[in-house]
Amino acid sequence: MATVETADTAVAEESGVRRRDFINIAAVSFAGAGAVATVFPLVNQMNPSADVLALASVDVDISAIERGQAIKILWRKQPVFVRNLTDKEIGEANAVNISTLRDPQTLAERTKVGKENWLITLGVCTHLGCVPLGAAEGENKGEFGGYFCPCHGSSYDTAARIRKGPAPRNLDVPDYEFLSDTVVKIG
Amino acid sequence: MSFPWANQYAPTTEFGRWMDEKLPVPRLVYNSLGAGYPTPRNLNYMWNFGSLAGIFLVVQIVTGIILAMHYAANANIAFDSVEHIMRDVNSGWMIRYAHANGASFFFIAIYLHIGRGLFYGSYKAPREMIWLLGVVIYLLAMATAFMGYVLPWGQMSFWGAKVITGLFEAIPLVGKPIQELLLGGFAPDNAALNRFFSLHYLLPFVIAGVIILHIWALHIPGSNNPTGVDVKGPQDTVPFHPYYTAKDGWTLGVALIFFTMVMFFLPNALGHADNYIPANPLSTPAHIVPEWYFWPWYAILRAFTVDFLFIPAKLLGVLAMFSAILVWFFLPWLDRSPVRSGMFRPKFKIFFGILVIDVLVLGYCGGAPAEEPFVMISQFAGAYYFAHFLIILPLLSRLEKPEPLPNSITESVTGQPLKTAS
Amino acid sequence: MVRIIGILIGLFFSGWLLVSFGMGAVAYISNPPAESVEKEFHKEPKEVSYSSDGPLGKFDRQQLQRGFQVYKEVCSACHSLRLVAFRNLEDIGYNEDEVKAIAANWSIGVPDADPNTGEMTTRPGLPADKFPKPFANDIAARAANNNAIPPDLSLITKAREGGAPYIYSLLTGYTNPPANLPEANQPGPGLHYNPYFANLNLAMAPPLAAEDQVSYSDGTKASVDQMAKDVSAFLIWTAEPKLEARHQAGWAVLAFLLIATILAYLSYRTIWADVKAEKKQKAA
Repeated sequence: MATVETADTAVAEESGVRRRDFINIAAVSFAGAGAVATVFPLVNQMNPSADVLALASVDVDISAIERGQAIKILWRKQPVFVRNLTDKEIGEANAVNISTLRDPQTLAERTKVGKENWLITLGVCTHLGCVPLGAAEGENKGEFGGYFCPCHGSSYDTAARIRKGPAPRNLDVPDYEFLSDTVVKIG
Repeated sequence: MSFPWANQYAPTTEFGRWMDEKLPVPRLVYNSLGAGYPTPRNLNYMWNFGSLAGIFLVVQIVTGIILAMHYAANANIAFDSVEHIMRDVNSGWMIRYAHANGASFFFIAIYLHIGRGLFYGSYKAPREMIWLLGVVIYLLAMATAFMGYVLPWGQMSFWGAKVITGLFEAIPLVGKPIQELLLGGFAPDNAALNRFFSLHYLLPFVIAGVIILHIWALHIPGSNNPTGVDVKGPQDTVPFHPYYTAKDGWTLGVALIFFTMVMFFLPNALGHADNYIPANPLSTPAHIVPEWYFWPWYAILRAFTVDFLFIPAKLLGVLAMFSAILVWFFLPWLDRSPVRSGMFRPKFKIFFGILVIDVLVLGYCGGAPAEEPFVMISQFAGAYYFAHFLIILPLLSRLEKPEPLPNSITESVTGQPLKTAS
Repeated sequence: MVRIIGILIGLFFSGWLLVSFGMGAVAYISNPPAESVEKEFHKEPKEVSYSSDGPLGKFDRQQLQRGFQVYKEVCSACHSLRLVAFRNLEDIGYNEDEVKAIAANWSIGVPDADPNTGEMTTRPGLPADKFPKPFANDIAARAANNNAIPPDLSLITKAREGGAPYIYSLLTGYTNPPANLPEANQPGPGLHYNPYFANLNLAMAPPLAAEDQVSYSDGTKASVDQMAKDVSAFLIWTAEPKLEARHQAGWAVLAFLLIATILAYLSYRTIWADVKAEKKQKAA
């Protein structure tokens, strides 16, 4: 018995080694794949949870906002400015040659058809995330009559487009839709 | 590390040599878990539970750190924050169930590991320090598990905290102040919950530190083995890697299969329904029981029903409960039998078997309501428990005649007397 | 020295436990504890099966919706469901608009500050809101319910020994007290005899008393038994909304582990092959 085995070993050696390596590599790589798959839920748990996502859209009643007024509401823990533009402000915004702008957009592109007087933007300066002034009564609206960010002096015009200062983009317009003439769903 | 027949670490690459000079971590790994740690070749499957316990500790630490990202240690919202994890956090239910059941699996591994040490005499010279550190790990693990169970702030959390801190009240004179110090109040509340959370987060890392000492102490004499006979030379050992890493690896798979079955299909089987009721200081659950891994000690605590002279029964119970574990610290000096392994101690084998059954009976009684006949059974079983360690083992080591030992590990494996090392 | 002290301590603890055991045994024999009335009359929950039982269990969404209807029309008058949000109802098959309507038309409003005056008032529910509680606090709940607080139902099937079958048994288990029930255990004023309840008498009046108490929209006959079964199934879902995901993930993990363990075992065998062969060779 023993002698037969020893005679065979030299021949069996080469293929034996390969088979053996294959099983070990398979086992280790399978376990490794499992470990990687386990990492997914362990990291994914940091994504917004269901209750946070449930607050991702809000309905806003805009019936009480007069022309020329604005309100500040909280959406996804960030301020949103809802502004009812006056005809004068709309005119100012449309008078600007958009090719001179840093982030060229017309007012019409930033509002909904037929609701051009409703300017809805995030109240987050595109520079470093401060909340610009100008939404509330009596606040500094900056030299272009829109919003003014006190942190680093970015000025936005009446269409909330960046006109002066370090901010790279216009104030972002969130996804929204008019559910009726007086209710807007943001998000 | 210091074994004459150990393989020496020899870095093969330029970077390996550079690293070995500056920070010899690869050498440390090689010597502790790699091919540089010669391990007896005859270890049976009872030797797998140490590394398994270590892996479950890692599971606990990883899932615990994640839970702490979502949990709020405030008595008003702790319960709801756990439910927030269960309902709203992505895969939160999975992580929380893994953590809750992982504790049980950690203790299963630890109990089998302790049982193996008790049967094969792993606590005996020259391994006393490994054993002592192991008892320290066990005590720390119990403290950690207890404080962890308080965090969900359910009924059992609250009343468990109240009962366990109430034990200190049994201490004469200083008991009440000690209890108030531990709780930061007169009953468990925000202060207690916050400090338990803080310590529950800290202690696992202390445990990990003591485990490093435990393994360090292990590497000085090397592993014990089922025969209890010392390693005589290289023919008695195999390198830890790949031999025991492969063995531990596949048994880890088996353990994880059991873990998966409990965690995904019976996640609340090891817990108590009352802990899904928010803590209510005005209403005590019908019977308060700790988690299953405390049941034997809880049975001993409750077994003392009669005052002894001026010592009240409650204090006796507390003393006995702590003594039941602290006695392990003296075990290496209580059992003086020169033979390590229970395999070669015919009488010890019988008493060990009785001890295992005894502890299981104590555990059953500890989980049962405090009424007859469970109290009487735990009194009887508790009496044997103390007798086993404090009376039977010391006497047995004098009176018992052990069976002849094999000359070497290799001889016991092959059944052939060792002639010459090949 | 250690051993002598050890033996003394051991003799003390073991001895005193044996003494206590003896005293307990004497008391037990001379004065055996009488079986308590609660134990004698108390019944274990009936056997009921749910589609969510077992490792392959899935919810029956039709049944959950029926159960929700029972909760809404019967239980919610007294019992809160404070951990569940209206938006969660999408899990049991309602669409977004239905959920919005359910939330907005819920009989109790969500407490909130009036946006103009700041005074506390209630507003219609939104999908993101949790189910509003019927009572503002425990004191109000106690005052309105004969001094017993109706427990919150969100976790009830996990918070009671016996789970959903216990809830089902309790709802269908009201009977007249048996003739041999001792005077002391007779239901007092405002209490109702129910052998499935731990202390036999329960403050809750039979909530599902008559057939067709709710009219199911899917045409199922609303017998008391059916309503109890449906609402207890619904409460399994409220306690464990992730049950299906859990079962699914469990099988996937198990399948993976099975293959991984077999591979690891084969790997272990090949690695140990030479040591085992050596052992065999020497033994031969």
